Amino acid sequence: MTTATATHDDHHDHGPAKGLMRWITTTNHKDIGTLYLLFALIMFFIGGAMAMVIRAELFQPGMQIVDPQFFNSMTTVHALLMIFGAVMPAFTGLANWLIPMQIGAPDMALPRMNNFSFWILPFAFTLLLSTFFMSGGGPAGGWTLYPPLSLQMGDGFPFLIFAIHLAGISSIMGSINVIVTILNMRAPGMTLMKMPLFCWTWLITAYLLIATMPVLAGAVTMLLTDKFAGTSFFNAAGGGDPVMFQHIFWFFGHPEVYILILPAFGIISAIVPTFARKPLFGYSSMVYATASIAFLSFIVWAHHMFTVGMPVTGELFFMYATMMIAVPTGVKVFNWVSTMWKGSMTFETPMLFAVGFIMMFTIGGFSGLMLAIAPADFQYHDTYFVVAHFHYVLVTGAIYSIMAATYYWLPKWTGNMYDERLGKIHFWISTISVNLLFFPQHFLGLAGMPRRIPDYSVQFADWNMVSSIGGFIFGASQLLFAYNVYKTVKGGKKATDKVWEGADGLEWTLSSPPPYHSFTEAPVVK
Amino acid sequence: MKSRIARGVLALTTGLLAGSALAEWDLLNMRKGVTSTSHEVHDLHMMILWVCVVIGIVVFGAMIYAMLKHRKSKGAVAAQFHESTTMEIIWTIIPIVILVSMAIPATKTLLAMEDVSDADMTIKVTGLQWKWKYDYVDGEGAGISFLSSLAPEHNEARLLGAGMDEAKLREKFGQTYLRDVDNPVVVPTGKKIRFLLTAADVIHSWWVPDLGWKKDAIPGFVNESWTRIDKPGVYRGKCAELCGKDHGFMPIVVVAKSPADYAAWVQAQTGAAAAEAASADKIWAADDLLAKGEQVYKTNCAACHQLTGTGVPPAFPALAGNPISNGDDPMGQITTVLNGRPGTAMAAYGPMLSDVELAAAITYVRSSWGNSGSAVQPAEIKAAR
Repeated sequence: MTTATATHDDHHDHGPAKGLMRWITTTNHKDIGTLYLLFALIMFFIGGAMAMVIRAELFQPGMQIVDPQFFNSMTTVHALLMIFGAVMPAFTGLANWLIPMQIGAPDMALPRMNNFSFWILPFAFTLLLSTFFMSGGGPAGGWTLYPPLSLQMGDGFPFLIFAIHLAGISSIMGSINVIVTILNMRAPGMTLMKMPLFCWTWLITAYLLIATMPVLAGAVTMLLTDKFAGTSFFNAAGGGDPVMFQHIFWFFGHPEVYILILPAFGIISAIVPTFARKPLFGYSSMVYATASIAFLSFIVWAHHMFTVGMPVTGELFFMYATMMIAVPTGVKVFNWVSTMWKGSMTFETPMLFAVGFIMMFTIGGFSGLMLAIAPADFQYHDTYFVVAHFHYVLVTGAIYSIMAATYYWLPKWTGNMYDERLGKIHFWISTISVNLLFFPQHFLGLAGMPRRIPDYSVQFADWNMVSSIGGFIFGASQLLFAYNVYKTVKGGKKATDKVWEGADGLEWTLSSPPPYHSFTEAPVVK
Repeated sequence: MKSRIARGVLALTTGLLAGSALAEWDLLNMRKGVTSTSHEVHDLHMMILWVCVVIGIVVFGAMIYAMLKHRKSKGAVAAQFHESTTMEIIWTIIPIVILVSMAIPATKTLLAMEDVSDADMTIKVTGLQWKWKYDYVDGEGAGISFLSSLAPEHNEARLLGAGMDEAKLREKFGQTYLRDVDNPVVVPTGKKIRFLLTAADVIHSWWVPDLGWKKDAIPGFVNESWTRIDKPGVYRGKCAELCGKDHGFMPIVVVAKSPADYAAWVQAQTGAAAAEAASADKIWAADDLLAKGEQVYKTNCAACHQLTGTGVPPAFPALAGNPISNGDDPMGQITTVLNGRPGTAMAAYGPMLSDVELAAAITYVRSSWGNSGSAVQPAEIKAAR
C-alpha cells in the first residue's frame, strides 16, 4: 500500500498535456470546468444575439427585419440555448471547478465520464443550430415543444429531438458525477452538514436532474414517434391527448426551473458571508429550505397550464402547492438579509452581483407569487408579464449568480485579480439596462400584450422601445464581462491564496491558481 | 425617431414616478374590464400586488439599511450571530398566514369563474391557423356561423417589406392596428354566455382581457368558460397561445350589443345566410366568381400560399403553375380544399366556408398567376361535399 502511494505521488505532479489534445482528452476537473464555462459563454453570446434580433424586430410596431416564422424560431432557439446551452453548462462548469476544492478531494469521482459528458455538448448544439440550414428552418414552436404545433416543423425535427437527447445524457452523467463525488470523496471531518451550501444545492440539483431528464427524453421521443412512426400519443384523432404532453413536459419543466436556480442559491450563500465578514445566517434552515423547494417542485407543474381546462379541484391543488413555495424561498431571502445585518460589508463586484441577485430575484419571486394565483393567472398567462417574471429569475437570478461566481472565484482559478473598476462598470451598466429591458415588460403584459408575437398594436410601442433600448445596452455590456475575464486569464495583479479578507472554506487554503490535482492529501476538517 | 425615444423616456419616468396619475393607466396595469369576473380578478391582482409591495418595502428596506449602516467603510464591526430559531419560526409562520389570507378570495373567485351552469346561450369557438370560427349553437341566434380573420388592410400592412413604421401605422389605423377583424363575434349584454372552445389544427388560446380570462382551444377537446357583459361596446383580444407563423395576427373582436340591437343583428345574419344559400344554386358569371374569389383567397389562403400564389415551399406549396390548379378537371383541387391534407398545414375548408366562397376561391386560383384551369360553380362544390 505504501509503495503504491509512493508511485502515485511521483505521478501526480505532472502538468497537463500540451496543445489541443489537452482539452480533448482531459479528465481533469479544472480543465473540464473551464471547457464547460467557455462553452456556456459562447452559447450565451449566440443565444444573446438571437435576443437582439427579437428586440430589434420589436423595437417598433410593423414588420421590419425578419419574417414571423424566423422570429418564432429566434424565440424558440434563444430559450433552448440559454437554458440547456448557457445556464446549465455554466453551473456544471462551476460544479466541476469548485466541488472537489470545496470538499477537499483531488478531482471528480468519475473523470473519464466527466470528459464524455462535456464533449457531447458541442455535438448536441451543433445539431440544434444546423436545423437553421435545413428545409423548413429551425424549431419555431416554442422551447416547450407543444404538439401539435411542434410536429409541423420541417426536416430539422429529428435533429432537434436528438440534440435534446444528447444534452439530457450529458446532464445525467454530470449529475451522477456530482452525487458520487460529494457522497464518496469528502475529506475526513467534512460531514454533510458542514459542506458549503454550493455543494448542498448542487447535490439536490443533481437528484432533480436525474429524476426529470429521463421524463423529458421520454416526452420528446414520443413526439418523434408521433411524427415518424404513426403513433398517436398526443394526437386526439388517434386516441391521444395533446395536453398529456404538457403534463409530462412540465413534470420535467418545473423541477428544471429549480435546477436553474438552486446552484445560484449556493453561490449567493457563499458570497454574502464573505463580504459581510460574518457567518451565513441559518445554515441548516438553508439546507432544509433547499430540500423543501426541491420536493415542492415535483407537485406544482400544472401551474404552467392553468388555462388548459383542468378540473377546478386540480387548479386549486396546484395553486395552493405553488403558493407554498413562497415559504422556503422567503426563508432563504430572509437568511441572506440577516447575514448582511450587522455585518462589516464591502461591495466588490461579486458582492454587487449578489446583492443585485437578492433584490431582483425577489422581484421575480413576487411576480411568481402573483402568477400562482390561478384566477389572476387567467389574465397573466402567456403575456409579457410572464416573460418579465422568468427573465427576472433567470437573467437577474441565475445569470447574475454565475457572473457573481465568476468574479468571486476567478482570482482563485487564474491566480490573477480581475479589473475591479471594469467589473463595477459592468455591474452598473448591466443592472440599469436589465431593468430597462425587463421591468416595462410587466406593464406590457398587464396591458394585454401576448408573448411570442413579432408585431403588436401601437399602444404597446413606447414600452417596447424602452425595453429594446435596455436590451441592446445589456447585450453590449456583456462584452465588458468577456473582456474582463479574458484580461484576467492573460495576467493581472497576483491574487493571494485567500483572495478575499472574509473568505472561508477549503478552496481558499489552496494556492492561487490551485495545483492541477486539487487536494493530493486530504485536509482534515474540524 | 428622436421624438419617439423622447416619448419612451418620458413614459418611463412619468410611468415610474407618477404611475397612478397617468391618463394611460391602462398601459401600466391590468384592465378592470367589463364583467363581474374581470372586476374580481382585477381586485385580486391589486391585492396581491400591494401585499408584494409591502413585503418588498420591509425586506428591501432592511437590506438597504444594512448596506448603508453596516459597511466596513463606516467602521462597522461584524457581529458573529448566525442563527435564531425564534426568528426562523416567525418568518415561516407570517408568510403562511399571508398566503392563506390570499388563497381564500382566490378560491372564491376561481369557483365562480368555473361555474358555467345556467347559461342563456352558447357559442362554440374554434381556433384555426390563423383565424377563429364562431358557431352559435344554442340560444338566440342559434345556427349562425362564420369565420373571423384579421381585417384585410391590416393583413397587408403587417407584411415584411410593407414599409410600415409606427407613425404610418398610427396614421392609418389609429389605436386598432392588428386589432380589427372582418367579422366580429356579436353578443347580447346582460346574458350569461357559455363559450365552448376547441381547435382544428394546433392549440390556440382565446383571450379578451376585458372579459377577465383566457382559455386554451385544443384540437380534439372542448373547453368551456362563460361571461356576462354589462356594457355595450367593442372589446378586443388576441390569440394567446403560440400557434405557428401568424400567431400574432389572429385577433378577436367581441361586439356587445343591447338585447334589442342583438336581435336585429341576428335577423340580418339569418337573412344573409339564406340569401347565400339560395345563390349557391344559381349559375355564377366568371367575373363575379373572380371578384368574390379574390377576397376569399386574400382572407383565407394568402397567409400560406401568398398573394402571388408562389407559396413558401416546402411547407406551403405554390399554387401558381401547380398541375392541380390547371386542366379541365377541378375535382382534385376541390377535394383538397374541402377535406384538407392530413399531416400538413392544409386545413379542411369544407366546414368553414360556404359553397359560393369555395367555388369563388378555387376559380380565382385556377385563373390567376398564369394558371388556366377550368372555373368551378357552387353547385359542383355542393355535389362534391
